[in-house]
Amino acid sequence: MADKVRMTGAEALIKSLEKEGVEVVFGFPGGVVLPIYDVLFDSKIKHILTRHEQGAAHAADGYARATGKVGVCMATSGPGACNLVTGIATAGMDSVPMVAITGQVATHVIGTDAFQEADTTGITLPIVKHNYLLKDAAEIPEVVQEAFLLASTGRGGVVLIDVPVDVSRGEIDFKYPEKITSLPGYKPTTKGHAGQIKAAAKLILASKRPVIYAGGGVISSGASEELRKLARLLDFPVTTTLLAKGAFPETHRLSLGMLGMHGTSYANYVMMETDLIVAVGARFDDRITGRLDTFAPHARVIHIDIDPAEIGKNVKVDVPIVGDAKGVLKELLTALKPKVGAGAGSDLGKWHLQIRQWKKEYPLTIPKGGLRPQFVVDQIYRVTRGKALIVTDVGQHQMWAAQFYKSTKPRHFISSGGLGTMGFGLPAAIGAKIGCPEAVVIDIAGDGSIQMNSQELATAALNNVNVVVAIIDNGYLGMVRQWQELFYDKRYSHSSLRRGESPDFVKLAEAYGAIGLRVTKPSEVEPALAKALKAKKPAMIDFIVEQEENVFPMVAPGASLDDMIGG
Amino acid sequence: MKHTLSVLVENKPGVLARVAGLFARRGFNIDSLAVGVTENPDMSRMTVVVDVEEHSLEEVYKQLNKLINVIKVVDLPDDNSVQRELILVKVKADARTRAEIIEMVDIFRGKIVDVGKGTVSIEVTGTGSKLRALEDLLKPYGIVELARTGMVALNRG
Repeated sequence: MADKVRMTGAEALIKSLEKEGVEVVFGFPGGVVLPIYDVLFDSKIKHILTRHEQGAAHAADGYARATGKVGVCMATSGPGACNLVTGIATAGMDSVPMVAITGQVATHVIGTDAFQEADTTGITLPIVKHNYLLKDAAEIPEVVQEAFLLASTGRGGVVLIDVPVDVSRGEIDFKYPEKITSLPGYKPTTKGHAGQIKAAAKLILASKRPVIYAGGGVISSGASEELRKLARLLDFPVTTTLLAKGAFPETHRLSLGMLGMHGTSYANYVMMETDLIVAVGARFDDRITGRLDTFAPHARVIHIDIDPAEIGKNVKVDVPIVGDAKGVLKELLTALKPKVGAGAGSDLGKWHLQIRQWKKEYPLTIPKGGLRPQFVVDQIYRVTRGKALIVTDVGQHQMWAAQFYKSTKPRHFISSGGLGTMGFGLPAAIGAKIGCPEAVVIDIAGDGSIQMNSQELATAALNNVNVVVAIIDNGYLGMVRQWQELFYDKRYSHSSLRRGESPDFVKLAEAYGAIGLRVTKPSEVEPALAKALKAKKPAMIDFIVEQEENVFPMVAPGASLDDMIGG
Repeated sequence: MKHTLSVLVENKPGVLARVAGLFARRGFNIDSLAVGVTENPDMSRMTVVVDVEEHSLEEVYKQLNKLINVIKVVDLPDDNSVQRELILVKVKADARTRAEIIEMVDIFRGKIVDVGKGTVSIEVTGTGSKLRALEDLLKPYGIVELARTGMVALNRG
């Protein structure tokens, strides 16, 4: 093959994406991005046309979370780029590797308020890991290579490349660089410090009431296996964040389920009584800690994270370990195995007894009577034998999904955690299903959330992306209503969606070419799920559930973690 | 407490916005910020004076390091670094006060860089406290305009 090939910027861009192994791009064309779309037309890269750019960003995000690969989305300048913003922020907050490519007006009119011009790099600057505004087609191969490296190494994040239309049309002598030489400021620490690992091992062996607190970093690092081994070796209980669901099997006796605002009571009591938190790839978010000054009062803290800026940000840390979770856990295992084998470590019998008592006293329960949302989630769990890839939207249904769908495998529970983006579910489910076509993908949504991106039913139907959308339909913006009930004197200001009036979700599904089903009684849940799962089309099930069910337990915002309503 | 950070960055468009935006976004107050290219045209040095507690300083340091275009961040201690700022002051001066002002500027090892009708313009370099002292002394004469560069600094030795 010739060393250099003459081609346009757009051709170089697509060629570079091919070199990076991109299989699919989620996007929406428009004026200044047309040169790129013209080349994409002949590329082996698959393009999924969403119905809104936000859908494209969430789909790329869902694809990335489900596969571990870098998700790619594309949009035109101005409104196209602006519509990507929520999706970029969503992915960024949850450290998802994504590359966003946007068209931009020609370089000579940038800054003149040209048609469909927006300062895309300026707008996205605070929410991306890095971004580029190209000025010359010659930059393209190097920038694309850097973008994929930045998105996928260290702490994951979004890299945006803004491509002016004259850069797309410009010509270059294409040569893909062998390796990156131009990032002098980027050196993520991946290997844990040996001395710190030794110090951590010492604390671990001395602890009498330990807990492992695992976050999304365990999943992005592919460290679930190591986490399991460590927990089993030490007999340490494990609690996971929303993003880490599946990093440790929730069916395991050592699992405490999720912790935090809507976590299990026992996970939260463990955090308040523990003498050692082993935090892995987690960031002590406010939804986890509750009131900071009363959080985990007896605990020493080992904090393993790839991002040094997360260590000590919210909670004082005794042993910080900057590094990739997988590698650090491996080294911890190596350090601990012989010692545990030789009988080192404390007797945790009393601790486990206490935990068992809490589990018995404060279990998660499904209320009786009528069609309860918890029952619906539990049925989804049973019908799919816990093996589905669950995607959620944001709100009450999301928390019920987290509580009642026991996750056992990494990358099988996908949810917008940090940003809490309503409308994430359906497009993310589409992305996940495209990335994992063999998986049974179920989007557990709310009747509020689904309406924020329901147009993507068209994307699912036309591309035969057979996801099942399970709407937990309570006729309210449920979580808003719950907060209003608990903290605003039941003044339901603008949170009712007026059940029964609009829309008719069954007709909506049918209008888009999907199957629509409605369920009003507990006995109908299983058959409806079975029918939806067997369908050769996307399916949407409208579960008409009890209207004023609340998510409990609940730690009120700003309250101490052991101060749980309904816990 | 005030800290002087020396931030070595890639000399690329938008770097200043990235650094300044970070300070604004994370709620850190900048006292001064000076930027210029280094001996290597691919790199610039920003000298940022921030007023933060020790814990927040650590945050600033880590967050700056996360920026891809930031190559190195050093906290320059007052007692082991050379810190300088340049100030230009246009002050009212008539036949009666001009000599006094010139004498004062001499003591501060400054220069008169311009003389106008009823004003003189003064250039002085030094540390922040020296420049503040001069400013206080010039105030009674009537400061017409004032511009300062912000601190630049280097490690000693």
